[in-house]
Amino acid sequence: MIYRTAIYVLWLREMKRFYRAKSRIIGALAMPLFFLAFLGLGFNRMAIPGISRDVSYIRFLVPGIIGMSLLFSSTFGGLSVLWDREFGFLKEIMVAPVSRISIVLGRIAGGTTTALIQGVLILGISFLMGFRMANPASLFLSFVFMILIAVTFLGLGLIFASKMKDMQGFSIVMNFVIFPLFFFSGALYPLDNFPLWLRYITYIDPLTYGVDGLRSLMIGVSSFPLFSSFIIMIFFSLLMIFLGAYFFEKSESV
Amino acid sequence: MDAIRVENLTKQFNGFVAVDHISFAVRTGELFGLLGPNGAGKTTTINMLSTLLNPTSGQGEVAGFDITKDKDEVRRAIGVVFQEPALDNKLTGKENLEFHAMMYGIDREERRKRIKEVLELVELTDKGSLLVEKYSGGMKRRLEIARGLIQKPKVLFLDEPTLGLDAQTRRHIWDYIKKLNREGGVTIILTTHYMEEADYLCDRVAIIDYGKFVALDTPEKLKDILGGDVVSLEINGDIDWLISELRSFQWIKTITKHNGILSLTMEKGERRIPELINTAQKNGLTVNCVHLRKPSLEDVFIHFTGRTIREQEAGQNESHREMARRRMRR
Repeated sequence: MIYRTAIYVLWLREMKRFYRAKSRIIGALAMPLFFLAFLGLGFNRMAIPGISRDVSYIRFLVPGIIGMSLLFSSTFGGLSVLWDREFGFLKEIMVAPVSRISIVLGRIAGGTTTALIQGVLILGISFLMGFRMANPASLFLSFVFMILIAVTFLGLGLIFASKMKDMQGFSIVMNFVIFPLFFFSGALYPLDNFPLWLRYITYIDPLTYGVDGLRSLMIGVSSFPLFSSFIIMIFFSLLMIFLGAYFFEKSESV
Repeated sequence: MDAIRVENLTKQFNGFVAVDHISFAVRTGELFGLLGPNGAGKTTTINMLSTLLNPTSGQGEVAGFDITKDKDEVRRAIGVVFQEPALDNKLTGKENLEFHAMMYGIDREERRKRIKEVLELVELTDKGSLLVEKYSGGMKRRLEIARGLIQKPKVLFLDEPTLGLDAQTRRHIWDYIKKLNREGGVTIILTTHYMEEADYLCDRVAIIDYGKFVALDTPEKLKDILGGDVVSLEINGDIDWLISELRSFQWIKTITKHNGILSLTMEKGERRIPELINTAQKNGLTVNCVHLRKPSLEDVFIHFTGRTIREQEAGQNESHREMARRRMRR
């Protein structure tokens, strides 16, 4: 059922494409870094209700921006199936004698790796900007959280890619799915400031738990217990892989 | 045994019937052609047989496996060269082949050998390490054909294999396809809208129009249907009147008219031309030009559909554009 070579070769292809598209990497890093730099500098001196006095805003922001970068790059990674459809390469993939779940896993493996590389690069740049982890030992667990976030949104991207015929719906997904997920997640501000009814929406946003978990691991501040965020993220990532695979299998590739 | 067996295969897209209850069988080792204008349903048929599209109704078997139930087995048995390029432009030619070979589970040693083999075959050995985005259209086409052969398929689908290629490359690919079929024993099913391609390559040809088969036979037999020679007359004046006159001649087998040109088929055309001109003149018409030739598949196509394949395409492009415009407005 699972074809390891197929997963590997799909991953390898993604790595080669990623490595060769250096301008794409810079482009993908630019936005989160601008957010980090300008929001960080702009609000750093401000006292924001919900953030304790001894946590500077820029420290609060770093895990959120990493979550943001993961959200965007993974959802785009899932949607990149549409590019393959546009350029015809999807047919080459779909006509191969491997199970569809292997194809989905290969895509998720490739997309997760590229998203993780971007997340790590942003973390590295934050270190250069003076960011320090509360406890360096939790670095490894932070990577696990990043992977869970990436897998979840790759699955989401795959679902949308399976439901869309071409890139025309891209801006709709961008404006009505990705940005709301971002703003409802508390990546930029504590969710305690939201009115209660809005807070219920934030509870169904996977990124809420992803960012909260990262925050807990990186700066030791969080709204939910780390363990429950972890369990919820595992649940979301499995659910999204399953749904992504289901819709991908159902969609027609030409 | 038949390599492909299809019964009442049908595909509808939102009510539009692209393939309409077609039935046929391709024998193992045969080179079978689907000839028809763009939009006739050739590619849709290939896509269904190669498991990329699910049929709306009807059955199909490829290499003995059901195209809806045993998709994996079908995929293992076939190779497909798609009409539009299906290459990754950001990978090199070799990497594209490597990707393909690995997807088909071919081990490293074998992979290296076969990739070298197929690259030599399509004369791209020295271009193997170049990114595909630097390839010309013809090179991409050749690379795709090479790729379709790596896994040594039992059945090879070629969707418009020489579309947009120059005459020399086309010749080259034709010879190669023939060799592959004769010496390699690969069953090949190819689609084309080039008459001479179908004529030159195929053991049997199915003419497809508006999703339906209108004829299926060897190119020779299809041309024999017309019987003898084709005499075309370019005439000034009322052709319809002349047509009714000509119908009384027993020796004229078929009469078709398109764009003011009258095409008649008959035995020993060269001996009948004077009589044809006389008849026209008796009816007060001037014959501007007379042309005599052996029938081609083009004539067969006109015979069955009443249009040339090019007229057909022009008409369809028109309606496609109209559809696109309507879609935009929505």
